[in-house]
Amino acid sequence: MPYALCFLLFMIGLYCAVVKKNMVKIVLGLAVMEYAVNLFLIMLGYRTAGIAPIIDKTYIESGTNRVVANFINTAVDPLPQALVLTAIVISLGSLALIISVCIRTYKKYGTFDITEIRRLKG
Amino acid sequence: MIRVLPAFVLIPLVSAFVLPIFGKKGKSAATLLANLVTVVLLVLAIATVGKSGVYEVGNWSIRVGIVLVLDGLSSLMLLVISVVSTASMLFSTRYMEQYTAKSKYLSLFMLMVAAMNGLVISGDIFNLFVFLEIASLASYALVGFGCEHEELEASFKYMVLGSIGSSFILFGIALTYGNTGFLNMAMVSQAIQSSGLNPGLAFALALFIAGFGLKAALVPFHAWLPDAHPSAPAPISAMLSGIIIKTLGVYALTRIVFNIFGISVTLGWLLVVLGLLSMFVGAFLAIGQWDLKRLLAYSSISQVGYVVLGIGLGGLIIARGGNLAWASLAILGGLFHLVNHAIYKSLLFLTSGSVQMSTGTRQMRQMGGLAEKMPITRAACTIASASIVGIPPFSGFWSKLILVVAAVQAHFYWVAAIIVFVSLCTLIMYLKVQRYVFLGELPENLRQIKESKGTMLVAMVFLACLCMLMGLLLLVPSLKANILDPAVKVLTSGPAYWSSLFNI
Amino acid sequence: MGQEQQNSNTAQKESFSNGVKGMTIIVKTISIWVKVLIFLFGINIVLFGHLTPGGGFAGGVILASSYVLLMLSFGREFVEENLPLPLASKLDCVGAFMFALVAILGLVFGGSFFVNFLYQKYLPGQPLHLISAGTIPLSNIAIGLKVGVSLFLVTLSLSMFKADLSETEKE
Repeated sequence: MPYALCFLLFMIGLYCAVVKKNMVKIVLGLAVMEYAVNLFLIMLGYRTAGIAPIIDKTYIESGTNRVVANFINTAVDPLPQALVLTAIVISLGSLALIISVCIRTYKKYGTFDITEIRRLKG
Repeated sequence: MIRVLPAFVLIPLVSAFVLPIFGKKGKSAATLLANLVTVVLLVLAIATVGKSGVYEVGNWSIRVGIVLVLDGLSSLMLLVISVVSTASMLFSTRYMEQYTAKSKYLSLFMLMVAAMNGLVISGDIFNLFVFLEIASLASYALVGFGCEHEELEASFKYMVLGSIGSSFILFGIALTYGNTGFLNMAMVSQAIQSSGLNPGLAFALALFIAGFGLKAALVPFHAWLPDAHPSAPAPISAMLSGIIIKTLGVYALTRIVFNIFGISVTLGWLLVVLGLLSMFVGAFLAIGQWDLKRLLAYSSISQVGYVVLGIGLGGLIIARGGNLAWASLAILGGLFHLVNHAIYKSLLFLTSGSVQMSTGTRQMRQMGGLAEKMPITRAACTIASASIVGIPPFSGFWSKLILVVAAVQAHFYWVAAIIVFVSLCTLIMYLKVQRYVFLGELPENLRQIKESKGTMLVAMVFLACLCMLMGLLLLVPSLKANILDPAVKVLTSGPAYWSSLFNI
Repeated sequence: MGQEQQNSNTAQKESFSNGVKGMTIIVKTISIWVKVLIFLFGINIVLFGHLTPGGGFAGGVILASSYVLLMLSFGREFVEENLPLPLASKLDCVGAFMFALVAILGLVFGGSFFVNFLYQKYLPGQPLHLISAGTIPLSNIAIGLKVGVSLFLVTLSLSMFKADLSETEKE
């Protein structure tokens, strides 16, 4: 069920990126799409009644350097969290680039409306 | 050789961070370093021919770590990437004098090359996505490099559609991870073969085709290409059209469809239909163009359609359980056309850049009679046009011949007829280019132009020689067996391919 | 006497808050104090990245946001005097170099690219202490430096755009 809501958020972002005419609104639609995908990726790792995958003193067997089996059986999957960190960094870079292109386009054309920025045709 | 595999990513990446330090005073030193890096990569890529293997990063085993995989298809793509990037870098030493901030251009270029190299050797799908994103970001910045009106508009359109494509791909990767529990390509394909396609995986496959189709500019996802490729500086157009749409789009799509999910009849038909649509739409829209680089961009769409058609046809024959030799021939045609198109399309874009630098315009109506003033550019453009149309003995003829023979052999006669018809349309558009740009009368304001100088000529002559010699790649048996056949074998073995590499 | 003091006080206040553009004096004073705390917090997140949540990227974002706070309350020129653009670019490259160096040293000492050579051979340390997990803290420091400086540069460049825009509007 939460997965279907994630997909709904993705569709909302896609609608916004496709239908809107203001450049900044299109960029916001792209950002919402990326948030939806990151949310979906994190929710994949969830385990019911799970704990955070952080090791501290209580989870190490005394004497050895090994982790208690209880930890491995109840911890939430940490791999999607690492994937999402990478995806957030990438979308940050992409967003910075696209915003700076929007600002420069505003300086050149004087408007944010994409129906008036149509020098390339045909 | 396998131990040198990270060098393909590491050397351009480190040079991308060294180059901004040079600043304004060391511009020639920076350019020399960048050229040296691309030549070193070319030598390394030639050295990887015929070898295969797996490199585990950080000594982690493949169940937990990242692996880099070198096989026939990867070494073919590495060769193509390094050849085109060497020529583009040589060309841009002289061409980019018109722009400021050359050290930033070189740094972005190196980043793009590092990311593309990393993409073709990566062995798990999330690593593929990360490198795909790095290459896309570098190309978004390079398309809008000149910061004029058209370039910014083209860069914005390209960025919006590229980000949508990347979001689709990431969603597909998330669905695949959720359904199989692995990210490594070999383990994912094993899991999919044993469990079959449930609805989640089928949806992931649809998202992958949409996302990678957006990156490869297949129709109906092609809307960004006719705006982005003309507006970029000429060496970047050559890189975009020659290698980026092929590595980010076609290579990744074939890797996922053939080696991970396994080809089926529906998928084969889908690829064939997408290829045919691209061929038609690209050719018809290109004939009516008057902007030189826009015509070349539409022609790119059409030629990528050929590649996808060849590969899809081979996959369809395999999925139907037909003769494996026919499928191998079709895939050989598709891959050879990929290699050829990379070389002659980048040559065409480099000649158009040379023409633009001399005359200052891209509109064909304002040009004419440049043949006497720019003989070497004219010769290179004619060789490239003859190749792309398919005149023997140039390279394009052989790949189109193989595609037609494969289609006829597998009893797809209508496909062969369409291939020949679209080749005729390609002939029309390149005759238009030759007539309006090089033949005819020289207009008044262009009497003073001169031929391009220095490294631009060297790059164009290098690619033109390669165009003429590419036919040897097919005809000389040892070259074909070492370079082309391993790549075909990777795709025809399908999902069972990974067991030969990994012993799992 | 009181009048003169009052005059000098207001003169001081005016020069502090009108000569340099930015926000009111309360915001400026507090932001100087808080910036140091945020910077220290960012260093903590970077350095203990292998024990607590965080690591290179999150710590780098916090480091950058401390400078962005200064930029918002004092104006762009004040921050640019303290951390000028060429120096920031060089720091950026140094951060990337450190990361590449850690990876290459893994190749030299460990035999494979990116091997955690410190943990396996030279300096294993105790688990859950600061010196453990080999080369991971070094990578975290490199990434934190690079990401912090990069985001600072991005915000600086975008604010330079705004300055040009408002000048053209005035014309």
